[in-house]
Amino acid sequence: MTINEIQNEIVEEFNQFDDWMDKYSLLIDLGNSLEGLDEKYKTPQNIIEGCQSRVWLNAEVKDGKIIYEGESDAILVKGLVALLIRVFSGHTPDEILNTDLYFIDKIGLKEHLSPTRSNGLLAMVKQMRIYAIAFKAKGEN
Amino acid sequence: MTKEKIEQIRSEFPILTEQVYKKPLIYFDNAATTQKPKCVVEQINSAYYHLNANIHRGVHYLSQKATEAHEAARQTVAEFLGATKREEVIFTRGTTEAINLVAFSFGEAFCKTGDEIVISVLEHHSNIVPWQMLCERKGLKLRVIPMNEKGELELDEYAKLLNDKTKIVSVAHVSNVLGTVNPVKEIIRIAHEKNIPVLVDGAQAVPHIPVDVIDLDADFYVFSGHKIYGPTGIGALYGKEKWLNAIPPYQGGGEMIATVSFEKTTYNELPFKFEAGTPDYIGSTALATALNYVKSIGIEEIAAYEKELTEYATKRMLEIEGMRIIGTADEKSAVISFLVGKIHPYDIGMLLDKLGIAVRTGHHCAQPLIDSLSIPGTVRASFAFYNTKEEIDSFMEALKRVVMMLS
Repeated sequence: MTINEIQNEIVEEFNQFDDWMDKYSLLIDLGNSLEGLDEKYKTPQNIIEGCQSRVWLNAEVKDGKIIYEGESDAILVKGLVALLIRVFSGHTPDEILNTDLYFIDKIGLKEHLSPTRSNGLLAMVKQMRIYAIAFKAKGEN
Repeated sequence: MTKEKIEQIRSEFPILTEQVYKKPLIYFDNAATTQKPKCVVEQINSAYYHLNANIHRGVHYLSQKATEAHEAARQTVAEFLGATKREEVIFTRGTTEAINLVAFSFGEAFCKTGDEIVISVLEHHSNIVPWQMLCERKGLKLRVIPMNEKGELELDEYAKLLNDKTKIVSVAHVSNVLGTVNPVKEIIRIAHEKNIPVLVDGAQAVPHIPVDVIDLDADFYVFSGHKIYGPTGIGALYGKEKWLNAIPPYQGGGEMIATVSFEKTTYNELPFKFEAGTPDYIGSTALATALNYVKSIGIEEIAAYEKELTEYATKRMLEIEGMRIIGTADEKSAVISFLVGKIHPYDIGMLLDKLGIAVRTGHHCAQPLIDSLSIPGTVRASFAFYNTKEEIDSFMEALKRVVMMLS
């Protein structure tokens, strides 16, 4: 699936619920089912420090595609981390860099990406793109 | 306080009838900032409509009137704090600026390399960072009073920290995270035995408990207007005249000077020496309105009612399995920090918000305290006299629902 197909799929999954509570329950489920990041990757280098919660992100390249892994200490954030990984992981740097990230807005969870929430998510999205830029540069060399 | 009285008080605060996400707002974030009664907002309007002229320098009628109102506001603040001299009250932008002022000016006058400053483990960043900046600037050392597991400062340890090198002690009257009411009178008495002055950060105390700077014998006492139903951007520093005279100005500019020439400038007398630039005379008069409003209800009554709310909420919260109240001091103000099981505070706060309940989550600008407790942060519910037991009941229902979702 392309990145946008995945985004659309997520939008559909969430938009079957009208009630915010059901959306959040789904997010909590996604957070709970995200495999935790291996302790060896929970390094200071991989930590994205938010004021409210912490996010860890690790990235590796396999066959030209970036594999992201991540975790957060807050379950709602972890649910969003799971979604971001589902969207971006397994794609090439170019695909990632050319993506317009719209699904979070469309499922009504935009507030979590607000800079004032300072939960580390916005910084995580930025970091995912920075990895893509870095791997792209490496690949071109 | 009677139900009727509380209803009447609530009707003075229009924001309390707001809805968020189609649910009635329950505002339990009063330690961050308080809501404003109509009289305060009306005073701001009225001051701009009828009282707006730059003060202390105009010969014209309006300037005189504005000056008088600003100085009357200073008198109101002085009286509210129990101070006897109007000149001992300096208007600042708030607690943070007041502490920065003292840390800078006191530091300039009295501190040198090797000296020490004593603060406590439960301080807000605004009572840590200004002192750290002084330490860096002049090569001083910061010493920290520890606390016991209930969140009470250990006075024996405190006394041991004081020595010939200690230049000043700076402590919170009430902890913004734990709610602990610190024994500041005793802290001051102990410091004074060694002739060490004490600054008290009263940001969380002035709105909730009676404060008398003369009785406390505080050398400096600071607070913010917005936490006591007044406007943002105004607060005050009370300082004993002898100290305020002994320390240099914090900022230079208009208003704070006596004479200026390119060779030499002489400074104005107290309180103007510390109020460079056009003062916030709109804010000061609205702050006075807020203080008079609090006075009209009675700070003793407010304290008693908020204690009732805090005790009721604490008792009800303990119904929840896995509830951990962070901060269980014997003397506690209207602040309850908590955690439930292993649930992250952010998750609880986000979901409570969706149910219309405003609480604060995180480290509450007291990172060293949170780190010392080895927790990721807390959820904090903090009350004001317009909150009710019914709101606490709704909060409890919401909290139980949220905890169920997250467990």
